[in-house]
Amino acid sequence: MGRLFSFGAYLPARVVTNSVMACQLGCTAEWIREMSGIEERRFADEDESVVDMGLAAANDCLQRAGILAEHLGMLIVASGSGDRRFPGPACTIAARLGLKQTPALDVPMASAGSLVGMSLASRLTSAYGHVLVIGTEKMSTLAIREPLDKNVAILFGDGAGACLISPDGGRLKIVDSVLHTDGSYAEDLRLGHNGPFEMNGRSVITQAWRKIPAAISEVLERNQKAACDVEIFLMHQANQNLIDRVARSLHVPSKKFFSNIARYGNTSSASMLIAASEWFSQREPVLGEAICFAAFGAGFNWGALLAVAG
Amino acid sequence: MDRTEQILEIVKGVSKKKTSPDPDESLFDSGYLDSFALPDMIAEIEREFGIEVPDSDLNPQKFDSIARIETYVSRMVIKRGT
Repeated sequence: MGRLFSFGAYLPARVVTNSVMACQLGCTAEWIREMSGIEERRFADEDESVVDMGLAAANDCLQRAGILAEHLGMLIVASGSGDRRFPGPACTIAARLGLKQTPALDVPMASAGSLVGMSLASRLTSAYGHVLVIGTEKMSTLAIREPLDKNVAILFGDGAGACLISPDGGRLKIVDSVLHTDGSYAEDLRLGHNGPFEMNGRSVITQAWRKIPAAISEVLERNQKAACDVEIFLMHQANQNLIDRVARSLHVPSKKFFSNIARYGNTSSASMLIAASEWFSQREPVLGEAICFAAFGAGFNWGALLAVAG
Repeated sequence: MDRTEQILEIVKGVSKKKTSPDPDESLFDSGYLDSFALPDMIAEIEREFGIEVPDSDLNPQKFDSIARIETYVSRMVIKRGT
């Protein structure tokens, strides 16, 4: 298993408050906050793409690691909001990093993609060396379009996060990860080629409420740890109400779950890496501390990853 | 307190409403339940009746009225064997 070397993030400059969204959607800023815990989100400029944002997060991550792009052995890019059907953003980000031979894989999985990328990278790093995982999403163009669904439109923001996973070095050892898919729920959260963004919120929340704690418990139990042993949970920032319920299910206080959703909204597959980048910017992990990542998204795909400092 | 009353108390508790829904009234349409009150209610039902709702039964339709919840709970209590 690999090691977590560094994190990086990029958030667009444009801040969109609940008041602005409320005017557009015919609701109140307070209702948005109550439904989601979101107070504002960032929207990319019209000419700012998932590639631009992913590249910025990648450069931030590499700079923090002190690693040159030319030393990367592989790139994995998670995005459910790429600009085109194919090719996905991975090859273009690789090209803009100056890479012409390095394999670049797309993981087109909304919300859970960066966790899946990290899990894959932790196993591939022994063969490929430094693996850069990026989650980059421009959700504003997908969630805020006709026909407008305010239950969807209030949730999402734009941004990108990145994580460098390496065979050695870094502050944290990846101990284990679990991934699951149940495609019988594929229609409950979907975006067709030309159709509207469709979300069965009741199904998504109810399944996520049950499946995220189960995946976390699975990865902890098989490594002889309990939820109370974890220093911080870095979970996909889907909705504060969901994060609170996942914490409750695990019998740990909500403060054990890092949250920045009030400021950025749900940035889909970018959110967990943005959260990680912020948390690791604030403090150095202490030797032996356990960090648990978790995500759930369209498909449904979900899972958890355990890392320990040292 | 019979089972229906127990379920009504749980629904009123998670919805923070003082009124009681009719047995066949949709709990979602009438505002007693939303996406987040549903898991809260299921957790309370599991605790109150000592049952475990499997993932495959986490279908909002099964819990959309007091009558449907009672039917489901009765079936699960019998399945549990008590």
